[in-house]
Amino acid sequence: MAINEYSGVVNAGDLPDKPAPMRTEGIVAWIRDNLFNGVFNSVLSLVALAFLLYTIPPALNWLVFSANWTGGADACRANPDAACWPFVTARWEQFLYGFYEKSERWRIDILLAILAFGIVWLAIEKMPLKKYMAIFMLVIFPVLAFYMMFGTESALKGIDSTLAAHAASGEFAPLDPLRKLLRIPFAAADLKTVETSQWGGFTLTLVIALSGIVASLPLGVLLALGRRSKMKIISLLSTIFIEFWRGIPLVAVLFMATIMFPLFLPKGVHFDQLLRAVIGVALFASAYMAEVVRGGLQAIDKGQYEGSMALGLPYTKMMRLIIMPQALKIVIPGIVNTFIGLFKDTTLVLIIALFDLLGIVQASIADPNWSIKSVPYTGYAFVAIVFWICCYAMAIYSRRIEEKLHTGHKR
Amino acid sequence: MQFLKTLGVTALFVASAGVAQAGETLDAVKAKGFVQCGVSQGLPGFSNPDDQGDWTGLDVDFCRAMAAAVLGDAEAVKFTPLSAKVRFTALTSGEVDVLSRNTTWTMSRDTDFGEFVGVNYYDGQGFMVPKSLGVASATELSGAAVCTNTGTTTELNVADYFRANKMDYTVVAFEKADEVVAAYDAGRCDVYTTDRSGLAAQRTKLSKPDDHVVLPEIISKEPLGPLVRHGDNEWGDIARWSLNCMINAEEMGVSSANVADMATSTNPAIKRLVGAEGDLGSKIGLDNAFCGNIIASVGNYAESYERNVGPDTPLKLERGVNALWSQGGVLYAAPMR
Amino acid sequence: MANNPTSSSGAASLWRDPDKRAILYQVIVVALIIWFVGSIISNTATNMEDRGLASGFGFLKTSAGFGIISTPLISYSEGSSYGVVFLVGLVNTIIMAFVGCVLALFLGFFVGIARLSKNWLVQKIATAYIELFRNVPLLLQILFWYSAVLKPLPGPRSLYEAGQKVSLSLNNRGLIFAEPIGQAGMGTVWWALLGGVILAFIVRWWAKHRQMKTGKQFPIFWTAVALIVAMPLVVYFVLGSPMDFVPAEMTRFALKGGVTIIPEFIALLLALVVYTAAFIAEIVRAGIQSVSHGQTEAASALGIKPNHRMRLVVVPQAMRVIVPPLTSQFLNLTKNSSLATAIAYPDLFSVFAGTTLNQTGQAVEIMAMTLAVYLTLSLLTSGFMNWYNSRIKLVER
Repeated sequence: MAINEYSGVVNAGDLPDKPAPMRTEGIVAWIRDNLFNGVFNSVLSLVALAFLLYTIPPALNWLVFSANWTGGADACRANPDAACWPFVTARWEQFLYGFYEKSERWRIDILLAILAFGIVWLAIEKMPLKKYMAIFMLVIFPVLAFYMMFGTESALKGIDSTLAAHAASGEFAPLDPLRKLLRIPFAAADLKTVETSQWGGFTLTLVIALSGIVASLPLGVLLALGRRSKMKIISLLSTIFIEFWRGIPLVAVLFMATIMFPLFLPKGVHFDQLLRAVIGVALFASAYMAEVVRGGLQAIDKGQYEGSMALGLPYTKMMRLIIMPQALKIVIPGIVNTFIGLFKDTTLVLIIALFDLLGIVQASIADPNWSIKSVPYTGYAFVAIVFWICCYAMAIYSRRIEEKLHTGHKR
Repeated sequence: MQFLKTLGVTALFVASAGVAQAGETLDAVKAKGFVQCGVSQGLPGFSNPDDQGDWTGLDVDFCRAMAAAVLGDAEAVKFTPLSAKVRFTALTSGEVDVLSRNTTWTMSRDTDFGEFVGVNYYDGQGFMVPKSLGVASATELSGAAVCTNTGTTTELNVADYFRANKMDYTVVAFEKADEVVAAYDAGRCDVYTTDRSGLAAQRTKLSKPDDHVVLPEIISKEPLGPLVRHGDNEWGDIARWSLNCMINAEEMGVSSANVADMATSTNPAIKRLVGAEGDLGSKIGLDNAFCGNIIASVGNYAESYERNVGPDTPLKLERGVNALWSQGGVLYAAPMR
Repeated sequence: MANNPTSSSGAASLWRDPDKRAILYQVIVVALIIWFVGSIISNTATNMEDRGLASGFGFLKTSAGFGIISTPLISYSEGSSYGVVFLVGLVNTIIMAFVGCVLALFLGFFVGIARLSKNWLVQKIATAYIELFRNVPLLLQILFWYSAVLKPLPGPRSLYEAGQKVSLSLNNRGLIFAEPIGQAGMGTVWWALLGGVILAFIVRWWAKHRQMKTGKQFPIFWTAVALIVAMPLVVYFVLGSPMDFVPAEMTRFALKGGVTIIPEFIALLLALVVYTAAFIAEIVRAGIQSVSHGQTEAASALGIKPNHRMRLVVVPQAMRVIVPPLTSQFLNLTKNSSLATAIAYPDLFSVFAGTTLNQTGQAVEIMAMTLAVYLTLSLLTSGFMNWYNSRIKLVER
């Protein structure tokens, strides 16, 4: 009876088996959850998949699988429908050093080694003495690099004769000891002069980008301070300067640095073409740098300013000891991003006949011995890959710092 | 403070380096020990860096000839690659001592920018078309798209030519020769126009060079030659007679192979040429053997031609109008006496 | 400060009083700048005179003598003056900058949202897109797109017979379509279009007003479509289609007539849009992520539908973060369009600061005009974006 009484509620026999719950682990489940969780997403996934299948295999095939890796121009000529890497291997020294004198290339090697060492040191988080390393890389290294790259031979001659002339005329007699002092380190390592016209390749790309950034940093800080200054005229002038440089194309800047610079200077004064390009790049970058630094200054709490003023610190000390250390730290990602932009923009110097990496690759492509269909594409692909690796590495570094600084909420 | 001192000293150095460059070109060149020569950014046969970074070409040989004449060493020369746009500014501002960059000698350039010292290649603007177009003459090109270089006389000539013949055309003007070739090769244009030597040089870069034909018309005169700054006549003379030396040497049969024996030649003209007799060199402030030095280290014009643009090179250019006047060409150098 | 007894002596007071010191600094800076600018101007004048360089703007009236591939809106021939060349370059630059900015904005928004997609594949592709195109020099990308546009397209001669009429064609001479030529009556259609736009704005204002008061919604979007698109179309057909479409005709070499969008334009546009959109996408992502998650959750809790949640809650707040950096990207795109010179697109920098400069040698005047154009464009863009920014910015108590 009891059974009958509850027959409406309790099942008499076993229930039929329910289908097994959907797997929540493994590849199939992952694909379902992430790619096909709805009609729209499924369509999107299929379109994306088709796109990948259409682009990736041919690109990889051209770049890697059917590419020519060995042999010379003849091997590439026989197989012109794939990348021609022997072109790059045959010329890589030129791509790296440009037309820098062969017997003197060890100087670049040393500098690149120091640069790599310094960058790694600064990039690793827990390294000690970072501050001193940064000062070394930003102040001492550029001077060292200049003399190493250019050679001390004529630098010594130039300085020496100038100072000697002044000393002899009695104008600047106190400079004579300075002259003797300067002679000692240079005489110890009298390096052969390598004109800047012989600099080229990736080295030149680095020279322009690095000197541009090193020079634009202090200028940018000054401009940012100027723009935020309470002195109306200084603030106005800084703003005009910044907006002017941000408003004109870099091509125009470089163009003026080549064509018009001699016009602005008094007669008889010459500037090295590379130096002119670097000055142009540095001024251009300093405007962007100023805006980045200004962002950092604005982010500093007002209490910091008020606190340091209450302590009676004068303006320079307040900026140097309290504000700037905080502001510069938070704008490191911005500085790195500016540098990435500057680094990519160095390719534009080929317009003013400097052989940077892209310029030297373009010049090499013109060699009739390598007049093969695949060579220009290989050359450009090589440049693209080099730039991509450098810029992406910097972008990752910048993002890591950003994440470290970003302590707020996250989704 | 240390930084400021460095900066100050560097500024002094920059200023002093600038001042040192002013003055008579010959003295300046002798003082610095090399000739600064403006060349193209890469035009095969005329001035092109090879994979070792060494420059070769007809224009480059002229630079080397000047170095050999002035300093006795054909390697004592530094090259400044210049785009078509900046070449004249580089010369007038003193950045280069001589501009040897396949530059067409025109009146306005001769008066505005510098002094042409002669012609090292007689050229003319021509057209190249794909064979498949079935065009036999440039007069059939009405309605065609024309690829060319901007910043050259070529761009203006082509406009003049089509207008004079009342033909329609579309011009696609690129900054660099390589870009023109790539666009033409991709079918962007029906016609590629530039100097005929340039057509020959760039043709080697096409994917199928044999599918293209150069039309018979030559629509302009393009005497290409080196130039120096206005106002330094001695330096202009050196450039002019270095060029004439190479051409005269070919005419007299003096080459790098036999120049060493020519000092004892019985022909007084040859003896004067190589400096064994007379004082031609000292008239332009050089060693009397300046021409002998040129021939010994660079060769005569024929050698330079064959080495750089002649039939055995990828450019495969016959001498044609660039042959000596005695062989049906127009190459006619003033006598050296 | 002035009463301060310690600052009685002249020079010392000047130095100790911050206000006076500020004035002193500014006077020094201004004097330095006047000296600097003055010496540059005097050097330039002396140098130009010494080198016999012509000065003045008389060259603008000289005839140019060279051909230009694309001269929209302006009639140009080889006999036209350098002044017309300037206008042609200006128009080409403005068209490129405007179209580029609009397209880059759309693509950037699309990729930025895709970057946050829940679809793994889409999100990864968006990330790869951003990382790839952001980190390769633009000049290389322009060269790449130019050959990517030119290579696969067939030549017109392989497509058409001579004499054939063609209304629409995409070949390696560009995108060519029939040229619309308005006949009598077309003016009425244009007035109808203008009227439609004005009416749409009025309706929008009215609908907003009514919604504020009564909460009733009005289908603004569809009304606007009807007013702006349908109304002129009806007028157009009522008047008996007063527009002729003149097709291009195949000549021996290429299509003649019609409207041509040259491949250089397409390639440069693609390069600029793809490059800038990668940056905009990151800006959009950062903007959307900056909107507190609580906002999304609150919107969900209120029962707002997902796409409305994005459109009405997240995006308006994100815009405040997005707009300032977006302005810089628009400015960058405008400036980067000067790289056109690499692929023969006749923008201002290429035909005016390039060809004209090389022919006339009047560097100072030409560069001054060119820079003035770019600065004006920058100021206009910044001005517009600042106006927009002030409209959307958070209204605080």
